[in-house]
Amino acid sequence: MGRYIARRSLWVVALLFIISIVTFGIFYILPADPAALSAGKTSSTEEIELIRTKLGLDKPIYVQYGTFVKGIFVGRTIGENECGAPCLGYSFKNEQPVFETILDRLPVTFSIAVGAAVLWLLMGVTVGIISALKKGTFVDRAAMTGALAGVSLPLIFTGYVILLVLVYKLKIFPQPRYNDFTDNPLKWAQGLILPWIALAFINSALYARLVRANMLETMAEDYVRTARAKGLPERTVIRRHGLRAALTPIVTIFGLDIGQLLGGAVLTEQVFSIQGMGKLALTSIFNTDLPVIVGVTVFAAFFVVVANLVVDVLYAVVDPRVRYS
Amino acid sequence: MSTQTLVEGAAAPSGAHAFLDVRDLRIHFPTDDGLVKAVDGLTFSLEKGRTLGIVGESGSGKSVTSLGILGLHKGTKARISGEIWLGGDELVAASKEQVRQLRGDRMAMIFQDPLSALHPYYTVGYQIAEAYRVHNDVTKKAAKARAIEMLDRVGIPTPDKRVDDYPHQFSGGMRQRAMIAMALSCNPELLIADEPTTALDVTVQAQILELMTDLQKEFGSAIILITHDLGVVAEVADDILVMYAGRGAEYAPVNEIFYRPEHPYTFGLLSSVTRMDRIRQDRLNPIKGAPPSLINVPSGCAFHPRCPYEPLTGGLGSTVRPELTPTTGRPDHLVSCHLSPAERQRLFTEEVAPHL
Repeated sequence: MGRYIARRSLWVVALLFIISIVTFGIFYILPADPAALSAGKTSSTEEIELIRTKLGLDKPIYVQYGTFVKGIFVGRTIGENECGAPCLGYSFKNEQPVFETILDRLPVTFSIAVGAAVLWLLMGVTVGIISALKKGTFVDRAAMTGALAGVSLPLIFTGYVILLVLVYKLKIFPQPRYNDFTDNPLKWAQGLILPWIALAFINSALYARLVRANMLETMAEDYVRTARAKGLPERTVIRRHGLRAALTPIVTIFGLDIGQLLGGAVLTEQVFSIQGMGKLALTSIFNTDLPVIVGVTVFAAFFVVVANLVVDVLYAVVDPRVRYS
Repeated sequence: MSTQTLVEGAAAPSGAHAFLDVRDLRIHFPTDDGLVKAVDGLTFSLEKGRTLGIVGESGSGKSVTSLGILGLHKGTKARISGEIWLGGDELVAASKEQVRQLRGDRMAMIFQDPLSALHPYYTVGYQIAEAYRVHNDVTKKAAKARAIEMLDRVGIPTPDKRVDDYPHQFSGGMRQRAMIAMALSCNPELLIADEPTTALDVTVQAQILELMTDLQKEFGSAIILITHDLGVVAEVADDILVMYAGRGAEYAPVNEIFYRPEHPYTFGLLSSVTRMDRIRQDRLNPIKGAPPSLINVPSGCAFHPRCPYEPLTGGLGSTVRPELTPTTGRPDHLVSCHLSPAERQRLFTEEVAPHL
């Protein structure tokens, strides 16, 4: 098990390395000129060239990449600006090292992701199980119709409807905003409840359908029949023999979804105007703020890759057949 | 158990109930295409310490019958009627909960494919211990000790180590041994084995059958052995019930079935068996045609469209459904056929036996 995790961790490092090269390369090839962007609109050609030399943008791409990687480990100075390790670059738009910007936004996105995940996991799994056990009944049909609606309605629709009805018309909830969890957990939850609901709505619909399908499949398995033949009470048969196997694939998908979400809940943050990683990514793209885009991309990739690793390890814990092969 | 029931023998139940007594069992499944009559009027009985082989093609209702006895159709859409008596308790009318408590305790089942029948996420020992703990109020430790004891009993080497293995770490034969250990963990009086050797290597098949008969001698349980393999039942069964389209076609002691069969379908089954102790014939003799649809069961005798002797019945074969009745001189040999016993015996000795 230890060897397995170590081997997979090495892969994570290698993968991140490759992703950073590709991302860095893409932005270098883009027609945007980082020197001109850093200099500002009114700068003359000479000034831009001066900045280019100062920032080292006149060097070949591999030298620039080398500097970038070195900066991650020991920090560097970009122009007059100090950028301590881990330095992912410096944004002249925000007048802040990229890593600091990301650190500011990370708790926001993290809060959205975790809260929504708890909600959708609870709802999705519960509805999925009930639907599967009551297959063909009114309850099942109603739940699956609701799930279909959840899957079909995009977040930019449900999100705005929620805002319009609950915040502006009925005034039940305040305008969503991020409050630090450590300051006041209640305010934190209150400020984020609407984004959670909007995000959980779509995902719980997906999970409900998935859990239902898996559950129906496992309950028809021979080993479930064996469990019944032993004389186990039906509840035990469902819980211990059906559900355990049905939820295993859910672990995989859940891990990947969380990993992806930590890189930025782009739509949710945009709809509810919350300054998380997703909003940061969007803004930096609109502003062609290349260092930030590279930083956010590498970070998002980091979460996805790590989530993958966690899922693989978890899978080995859950399914003994994976453990020994 | 009264001496009277013991004397009566397996094939001729009357007023008093045999240990297992199935009477006019019907299991029908409503589907979108129509009513599937998987079992349609089946009667048989079985005493403790005896083995009944149920033989028939796929779809003849063998497995549905066994799941019906275990009460596993309860709570589904299946419509069940008739009577199933197990040691004096009637199971068809009993509640789901009553049957559940008997299941695994007084009656247990071994399934065809031991790999898919064992849960991949739990150790073999856990699954055996689980079966034991449902019906016995013991600690986890005691249940595990029981699991080790059972694994040892079914011939798993170093059971105290293998008890913590997962099913995928066992070989096919060991998995089936583990299934048997699980089924026998509560000393069931009735053991139903549904094609227990079909998924196994030929060399392992014999070991598993031997194990089952050994354990039967030790525990005195009644065994129902469901199979399509006549070779398997010939070795271990006392009585054989040949099923066709959800009904009994022929029901008799094992030697009667093999040496004096009377139903044309049994002739066909015997002719389909490959024999290595005879000079090779030109070809095997399969039964022509395919098993009938259980939604539109042929009128009269369900076997008549495939029966080579149907013209001899004078039209009865396609119009009147024959009942399972004793043949002349053998009250324990029941045949469901319109041909006269003399005619059937003549057909076997003259037309079928020479080619076997």
